[in-house]
Amino acid sequence: MRRGLWLVLAAAALAIALIVPRAGVPVFYVSLLTQTWIFAIVAMSLDLLIGFTGLVSFMQAAFFGGGSYAVAIVATRYGVTNFFLLVAIGIAVGVLVAAVFGLVALRAEGVGFIIITIALNQILWGLAYQWVSVSGGDNGITGFSRPAVGPFDVSDNAGFYHLCLIVLIIVLLFLLALVRSPFGLVLRGVRETPRRMRALGYNVWLYRYLALLVSGGIAGLAGVLFAWYNQFVGPTNIALDQSTQLLIMVILGGIGTLFGQVLGAGIVVFLSNVLSSLTGRWQMVLGAIYFIIVMYAPDGLIGLGRRMLRRGQGKRVAPVPIDQKVPGMAGEET
Amino acid sequence: MGAAFYFQNILGGLAYGSLLFLIASGFTLIFGLMRIINLAQTSFYLIGAYVGLSLIAKGVNFWLSGVVAGIATMLLGFALYSLFLHRYHADHLTSLLLTLGATLVFDDSVLAIWGGDPHSISAPPELAGSIHAGNLVFPSYWLALIFVSLAIAGMLFLFLQRTQLGMIIRAAVDDEEMTRGLGVDVNRSFYVVFAAGALLAGLGGLLGGPITAAYPGLDGELTPLAFAVVIVGGMGSLSGALIGSALIGLVNAFGKAMFPEFSYFTIFVPVALIMAIRPQGLFGRAQ
Repeated sequence: MRRGLWLVLAAAALAIALIVPRAGVPVFYVSLLTQTWIFAIVAMSLDLLIGFTGLVSFMQAAFFGGGSYAVAIVATRYGVTNFFLLVAIGIAVGVLVAAVFGLVALRAEGVGFIIITIALNQILWGLAYQWVSVSGGDNGITGFSRPAVGPFDVSDNAGFYHLCLIVLIIVLLFLLALVRSPFGLVLRGVRETPRRMRALGYNVWLYRYLALLVSGGIAGLAGVLFAWYNQFVGPTNIALDQSTQLLIMVILGGIGTLFGQVLGAGIVVFLSNVLSSLTGRWQMVLGAIYFIIVMYAPDGLIGLGRRMLRRGQGKRVAPVPIDQKVPGMAGEET
Repeated sequence: MGAAFYFQNILGGLAYGSLLFLIASGFTLIFGLMRIINLAQTSFYLIGAYVGLSLIAKGVNFWLSGVVAGIATMLLGFALYSLFLHRYHADHLTSLLLTLGATLVFDDSVLAIWGGDPHSISAPPELAGSIHAGNLVFPSYWLALIFVSLAIAGMLFLFLQRTQLGMIIRAAVDDEEMTRGLGVDVNRSFYVVFAAGALLAGLGGLLGGPITAAYPGLDGELTPLAFAVVIVGGMGSLSGALIGSALIGLVNAFGKAMFPEFSYFTIFVPVALIMAIRPQGLFGRAQ
């Protein structure tokens, strides 16, 4: 019964989302929603690491920006315009960055992992910022456009909106299936008690590494969409701020929910754009909201909603602190 | 690339390393003691620089401005710790996320108060000149900064080795549970270390100002360098932070001079290699 209700709700939300660009919604909001879908994809890829594998990564922007730069460089230098080829290249670069960085980062565990991922993210940012002859430096790369998807033209706002929404849905379904698969169950085991998983004979390192590769590929895919969205790629795509913002989206939505990341991405995208047109101080507001969420709703908005529902039924439930959601972070050797 | 080139970059690198040490020493002690990754440490640096330059603009002496700036960030750090962080003592990730939120608020406050234009900070007049030695020319402030940083490092070592509170801190870094079990009030040292870290970073902001200047986003640029220092030196080790700062400062200076397109790369690739080979850092102990 409840499952049916959720399906109906999801279908309704999807139907509304699909008709948005044709329903007379101002272009500004269509564009913000497009951005939301793109960031939701990256935020979900990060949630696969944080919420399901127990790896708090600050290098997600490197995978994301890596995908962006890859399509921009390939499109402008080699004139590649085939949609599927470009997407494949973006995903491949995301996976490649994850494969290289993962080798280094997974030497550390817990808090050390966080620090090393920040340093790694900066390597790629530094390359994008300083290797002017390839990346265009601060000026970035322009001069490429959104390629047609086979017979479909997606160069206009509505077409591109639909493309991003469809990719989001595919990624969401893929991740939902992944975390419910035996592979996903092992990942959760790794998140909860790496030591026991090791004792059971699982190669904990390998599972973490594979999760990083999948996450990197998805983030790279989102990076491709973001490059097309802006038709510009610059070092800010890779900056640490970007990783930070992605982390905020994940927490805001609710760690380990996947659906929540769509919400988290939407809130950050809309707040930053709407608030910044009202006040110059949107970052402070975002920081304050973030503080409140971390302290009082560490299970994110989805978790908050669930608790409100329970409360309506007369049950009081305390939120689960973030550290308990990612128990591997606490352990020096877990 | 004669001897002058090397000498110049060595001095410049050590001067830069000196300001990194003022950030990283607090960072590493805070981590070693409380397991908090304090991302706000470089925000304190930036706030210190701005407070200091405002004071200088009002005619206050450079060194006095630095001390006042340090006290200002110390109060800020104390407030951050006692209002929020101390409640999440065992929750390392929550603490990290709160310091991250604090940087968002701090950075935007800085932007609101001082605007987005970069401000240069001039060295105190008595050190504004250059030292000429043969064909070698370098600002005399570089030497002064290295000297001051070393003096501060010396005081920190004395404090840790010779005072009772320093002993408590060292004991708690080694084994917090056992220290508590012996009836020592460890919590007091948390406040002291967090506030002292903020003080050093804020002081460093003005002292480093003549080299880095002050502009929004500077903190974000320094954070990875401070991280590099503690990765190289080993988390929680003060001597590691001192040596790490010097190394990162030098690599930074030579990297910028020799491979301008890859200077960031030249810092972080060795750091990543150290991490891959010796995850506990050159001077850290295995957990």
